[in-house]
Amino acid sequence: MNNVVTKAYKLLRKSKQVTDEPQTDQSKRSFVGGLVGASGLAVAPGVMLYETASAKPADEAVTNKIRWGMLVNVNQCTEDCNACVTACNDEHGLYPEEGSSTDSQWIRKLTVKDPSTENTKSFPVMCQHCEDPPCVDVCPTGASFKREDGIVLVNMHTCIGCRYCIIACPYKARSFVHEVLDNQLPSTPRGKGCVDSCNMCVNKIDAGENTTACAQACEKDGHQAIVFGDLNDSQSEISKRLKDFGGTQIRADLGLNTGVRYQGL
Amino acid sequence: MDTLRYSTIEATSSKFWMLLGGLALTILIGVLSAHHMEVEGHVISGMNNQIVWGLPHVFAIFLIVAASGALNVASIASVFGKAEYKPLARLSALLAIALLAGGLAVLVLDLGRPDRLIVAMTQYNFKSIFAWNIILYTGFFAIVGVYIWSMMDNSLKKYSKKAGLFAFIWRLILTTGTGSIFGFLVARSAYDTALLAPMFIVMSFAFGLAFYILVLIASYTWTDRPLGDLILNKLRNLLGIFIASILYFVAVYHVTNLYATEHHAIERFLLLDGGIYTLLFWIGQILIGGLIPLALVYMPQTKNCRKTLMVACAMVILGGIAQLYVIIVGGQAFPLEMFPGMEISSSFFDGEIGQYSPSIWEILLGIGGVAISLLLVTVGVAILDFLPDSLADNIVEVKK
Repeated sequence: MNNVVTKAYKLLRKSKQVTDEPQTDQSKRSFVGGLVGASGLAVAPGVMLYETASAKPADEAVTNKIRWGMLVNVNQCTEDCNACVTACNDEHGLYPEEGSSTDSQWIRKLTVKDPSTENTKSFPVMCQHCEDPPCVDVCPTGASFKREDGIVLVNMHTCIGCRYCIIACPYKARSFVHEVLDNQLPSTPRGKGCVDSCNMCVNKIDAGENTTACAQACEKDGHQAIVFGDLNDSQSEISKRLKDFGGTQIRADLGLNTGVRYQGL
Repeated sequence: MDTLRYSTIEATSSKFWMLLGGLALTILIGVLSAHHMEVEGHVISGMNNQIVWGLPHVFAIFLIVAASGALNVASIASVFGKAEYKPLARLSALLAIALLAGGLAVLVLDLGRPDRLIVAMTQYNFKSIFAWNIILYTGFFAIVGVYIWSMMDNSLKKYSKKAGLFAFIWRLILTTGTGSIFGFLVARSAYDTALLAPMFIVMSFAFGLAFYILVLIASYTWTDRPLGDLILNKLRNLLGIFIASILYFVAVYHVTNLYATEHHAIERFLLLDGGIYTLLFWIGQILIGGLIPLALVYMPQTKNCRKTLMVACAMVILGGIAQLYVIIVGGQAFPLEMFPGMEISSSFFDGEIGQYSPSIWEILLGIGGVAISLLLVTVGVAILDFLPDSLADNIVEVKK
């Protein structure tokens, strides 16, 4: 038994050293995973009870060979559809009350109207996962950080709740948790007094799903307005579309090189 | 008779203990308010995801800015060699430390996770001006502490000029850092200008001096120590120059914005139709904090009138709080211009003016911070020789 615990502890230490995911439950998950793994080893040496071939191994660090991004085709997004928002809320355990100014909203449908032509567009806006994120620049403790694969996250262990990142974000993408939460999901650690925002479904990506809840929901609803993929891979769907049709960054003048691009703006 | 002597104030009178007790109670109420906000979350404050920095930040930044300005009186003596200010230097340094402590207490207690202060003190992102400020504030305590020591310890007096110079440079960098908290925000229409750094320095001169004059007159009146008109009139003139300088910077800020069409919307909001922010700008900042005290300071009829000077100082402080409210809260209330020229709307209040009304908890926390500063000064002058026995004209003149 002691042997099992020692192996589990070593696995936990190893995963803590190399993982880039900072979230509260990561260590717990690693520990549980470690225990399961160690049990597997204990049942019969050389025989594993489960297979995780599709996912990146937990002890493998993310690299900058990949840059995850999303392309939103504004022309395929309909004003009355809110599927991406609902899916995001379900995926991450966000339950914003209608009209609440304090609840977290990681993704929202923005309506943009040109007053001179009356032309109106509706599309989702979330954290734009900038290459040079202002939130990361201003964060005093380094709790706001960008992973090697381009995903901008908040380390829930070191966020002191100063809210400077919220003021610095040009996209109004971040929320401050204003009250006690008791309904968080294990895959999305959040907590009172810390800042959170769209994490590009890092839980799904690290599990090897390589998609986001909003993109999945949009596809399921038949709009296919959100394409998720690797911006560094010239053969990926997102790169091909960007090459063929172009893509706009919101506030491109700020030179932040966003990971979320828009087509048809 | 004409020599300069320092002594502690009598800490035995009931007046002293009542003052101390009143301040301690105010601090306790402020701390309990902060605790309540921490337990319940900021949902009980007036803040929300549109206005994330509210009244506590207004108080905190006011006190921090005033802290560096309060040191100015000492700097005039040590750096600029004006000997008549030398008797005022010790109190100036004490007030600077006290104001900074009060401001930082409010800032920390308003964090979402004040329990993680140790994280802020040990993990730095050196690209963040906030992180730099943590170092600048901590360093300020140490440097001004050494400066006070060098002024009080005869064996170290030879170093006091150097310590004063170092403290002066440090405080200039510190206030530059505080102004840059806003100056570095690229996406907000009201911020993103290097002008905010020097403007905050000028604001610190006025706010700090106003606080200093009030504390000086109060402590001399309550302890029945002589305080001559000579030094007060010098401080009065200085205050006038600082008030005028703020008005100059504010004018440059707005005129520059008015010249560029892209900034017309924010200017319209601040100067014309921003509701409470427009009111606070014109009535609070310009009239109460600028024009009226300027007149009170420079009118020949009010020369030598202490009450008028005290009213002018109080108005500068109120105007300063109004100014910071407009900068901090007003700057956030104006919607982000994600799509310039377009009308935007969403469930997250995009395109709308942010709504904010401070809660009682925030007000009590802010006032608690001021009480911390005043308590530290009160205790300071009671235990160490900060105050000269007399600041009568002959003492000040002799030192000239």
